[in-house]
Amino acid sequence: MGKRVAKEVSIAIADAVKLARAEVIAAYPITPQTHIVEHLSELVANGELDAEYITVESEHSAISAALGAVATGARTFTSTSSQGLALMHEILFIAPALRLPVVMVVANRALSAPISIWNDHSDIMAQRDTGWIQLWAENGQEAVDLVIQAFRIAEDRNVMFPTIVNIDGFTLSHVIEPIELPDQEEVDAFLPAFKPKYKLDPRKPLTMGPVGIPEIYFEAKKAQDEAFKNTRRVILRVWKDWAQRFGREYHPVETYRTEDAEVVLLINGSLAETAMTAVDKMREQGKKVGLIRFRLWRPFPMQEFRKAVSKIPVLAVIDRALTPGGVGGPLGTEVRAALYNAARRPRVVNFIAGLGGRDITVEDFEEMADRAAFYLKKRPKEAYEMIGVRES
Amino acid sequence: MGKDQGMMPWKEVPFGLYILEPGNSAEFKTGNWRSLRPVLDKEKCVKCGTCYIMCPDMCYDQQDEEGYYLVNLYYCKGCGICAAVCPKNAITMVMEEV
Ligand code: SF4
Ligand code: SF4
Repeated sequence: MGKRVAKEVSIAIADAVKLARAEVIAAYPITPQTHIVEHLSELVANGELDAEYITVESEHSAISAALGAVATGARTFTSTSSQGLALMHEILFIAPALRLPVVMVVANRALSAPISIWNDHSDIMAQRDTGWIQLWAENGQEAVDLVIQAFRIAEDRNVMFPTIVNIDGFTLSHVIEPIELPDQEEVDAFLPAFKPKYKLDPRKPLTMGPVGIPEIYFEAKKAQDEAFKNTRRVILRVWKDWAQRFGREYHPVETYRTEDAEVVLLINGSLAETAMTAVDKMREQGKKVGLIRFRLWRPFPMQEFRKAVSKIPVLAVIDRALTPGGVGGPLGTEVRAALYNAARRPRVVNFIAGLGGRDITVEDFEEMADRAAFYLKKRPKEAYEMIGVRES
Repeated sequence: MGKDQGMMPWKEVPFGLYILEPGNSAEFKTGNWRSLRPVLDKEKCVKCGTCYIMCPDMCYDQQDEEGYYLVNLYYCKGCGICAAVCPKNAITMVMEEV
């Protein structure tokens, strides 16, 4: 068993990438992802990690170089945030269609304008439909675990899809937490070498990324979608194996004190931990409040999600991104859509909170839970409400 | 239309739509996009090879025993460039019968 040490989460993530024996890292520094890639470049420069570190001139090039590298059969890592992720946008669609299993950590940060280096989820929500597997970490230990798991999931021959691990910028990336880094032998036993069935090799030429004329494009997309949905089985198997080896459990939908709950909060990312404190506090006051968060966001865990909320009267979905002029935040909209045809479903109330680094406090969570309880009897008039905006 | 044009059910789509056989574009039939077909008048042809060089799809075979350049209609898309560039107006574009 590894030793529990106090570490900045970004540094621990870089150490996890080293433990995973990444062979190529292509990255461009951007706040708040910087410490991850800085530490990786140190590890490579010091000879502690035997990898090719490709310095590039932009995130568009970083992800392009990463795809080229993984196409040759090299275990590949990249990381970015916000505007950098947005700059990767067009290439992000190509990775899953070409079945190139890059692993990327996104240190979630707001998108400009106004310019903001602080945390929310608008960067990743704008990339929802690019076709990557998406996981969320709440704390440093989960970030480390998920990064190591992400390589195994992404590179499994029955998966072969790129995978994003979301970590909140600053509120997770820059905090120092007690983290247990597994030993190298333990990681080696868990994570086999990357051996793709097909790779770019001059001795065995093949073409990746040919044109898809109208007669084949649709079938190619159907094949991609089916393969993507089928990754679920492998993800569950990997988490089971992880739990057996390391004793920490992961589920597509994580629940906290939801049994008998009347109001359940739903939030992704590190603030779920603040929400837990709020839940504990409200439980002490006799309020029946619980918490749900998505560990797996893509492919959407429909089965697990419907099951988790089937007996809940009111679900308060807290979005950390805005869909201007839309019918809710991205999370709220999707949750409503996922439940629309469900036999048993909660009333869904959608809050938007914590944009651009605005704190969401324990009191804010209490306020949202109380408002949601009010909507138990009365339908909300608005599609969504903002929490924490100054009115006067 | 069949598999010579990449027509296959989704379950048979190769992994990632990769092309695993180098050079298999030669099997891909492009000829049935054609509405006009080039027809050669051997009386007028001086065997200069301009059609052979200028066809954007390299549809013309190399010279036959008699020295003529003959079009391979498996690929010809009927663009009419060969007819337009022929210095002897030896090629006529003829409407394909439906
Ligand atoms: S019509 Fe166009 S495609 Fe056909 S042989 Fe002539 S130049 Fe080539
Ligand atoms: S361009 Fe005209 S003259 Fe020259 S080889 Fe072709 S058909 Fe004959």
